[in-house]
Amino acid sequence: MTGMWEASMAASESLDCRNLLCPMPVIRTQAAVAGMAAGDELEIVATDPGVLEDIPAWSRVHGHEVIETRESGQEIYVRLRVGSG
Amino acid sequence: MTDQPKAVALISGGLDSMLAARVVQEQGVHVEGINFFTGFCVEGHTHAIRRQDQERPKRNNALWVAEQLGIPLHIVDVIEEYKEVLTNPRHGYGANLNPCLDCKIFMVGKALEWIEANGYDFIISGEVIGQRPKSQTRKHLPVVTRESGAEDRLLRPLSAKLLEPTRPEREGWVDRDQLYDFSGRSRKPQMALAKRLGIETWAQPAGGCCFLTDETYSAKLADLWEARGARNYDMDDIMLLKVGRHLRPRPHFKLIIAREEGETRFLEGYRKQFTHLRTVSHGGPIALLDGSASEQDLDLAARLVARYSSGRSADEVEVEAIERDGTSRSLRVAPLPPEAVPDDWYVGGQHGSK
Repeated sequence: MTGMWEASMAASESLDCRNLLCPMPVIRTQAAVAGMAAGDELEIVATDPGVLEDIPAWSRVHGHEVIETRESGQEIYVRLRVGSG
Repeated sequence: MTDQPKAVALISGGLDSMLAARVVQEQGVHVEGINFFTGFCVEGHTHAIRRQDQERPKRNNALWVAEQLGIPLHIVDVIEEYKEVLTNPRHGYGANLNPCLDCKIFMVGKALEWIEANGYDFIISGEVIGQRPKSQTRKHLPVVTRESGAEDRLLRPLSAKLLEPTRPEREGWVDRDQLYDFSGRSRKPQMALAKRLGIETWAQPAGGCCFLTDETYSAKLADLWEARGARNYDMDDIMLLKVGRHLRPRPHFKLIIAREEGETRFLEGYRKQFTHLRTVSHGGPIALLDGSASEQDLDLAARLVARYSSGRSADEVEVEAIERDGTSRSLRVAPLPPEAVPDDWYVGGQHGSK
């Protein structure tokens, strides 16, 4: 039960970056993450394939972790977990 | 000061700013990077739009540099504030619509705001005396120092020994003896320093990293301002100037004609903001009509669009013109022969519209 309790403490948010070209999805991600706590998760949906490079790179230099990337038609989903840095 | 000194480095994605940051890092200073997005940055956008560029790497060079340096990078959206810099530069433009000196003053000023808000001590810039004719001369560097408000909190490690000592040097946060005296347009000192620091690869953006230094792009922007009778723009304008052939057959309207599939898909996103034309009887590109067009103008526009369709040699091509509200009409036109399209219709010249 402890695991469930811990999971419920971490917030999960989503961010719509469709039709934005890089680096705007990174800038929006940066702003969203600034208001989140370590362990929270953010799912970004975008259409510019550049996010597959840029959001992981941005996450690495800021100590966040990309936990999933997937594509569905024209849409690209990137899920990251906020780090403690 | 007992704490580790902290600096923010302006990171463009090129070699000089990378070296400047690394040189200060090597002296034990905590360095983070900052990069400003004006909307005119070359990398990324056109790659994302044009299908033929899909195989090229889409990385953001500033982020790549930050990773090489092992520092966080803060990317700041300055699109709105930058409009004043571009439309009203106090120090004028360079060869094209590039307000390089005002741009540098603006960016250092924004970095100053950032260090004051975040409790940092100084700013690092990769400027080199004599490297760029408009903004990095011995005469211009002090202008940036003064007008940005940064004064002695702006350190240029690559040319520091040729400049007055700054606060980080006077306070002993960095050792001036370990800074450099680079000047002039030669890249050899930077290459040698890169080698010494173990930096083997870096981005070399062709023609700089800003669309405003590009002659064709600047011509399109100047045309836009002239047609509007005002020097203003929004993000969509910036984007659309990067896409398609731009032809202005009449002062009161221009056509933006897609050159390939990726551009067609991109321009389709603007169907509700512009009257647009597309060929029905033959395969062809989408074209946006920017401005106002009479019946006669619309006929001319349809003939131009037909000229870029697979029916360019046909006697007649059917073109559909669709208004912003979705109402459409069909036009049957003879494609305009190439010799009937004067060179001066191509905004930025034929070469830029290919």
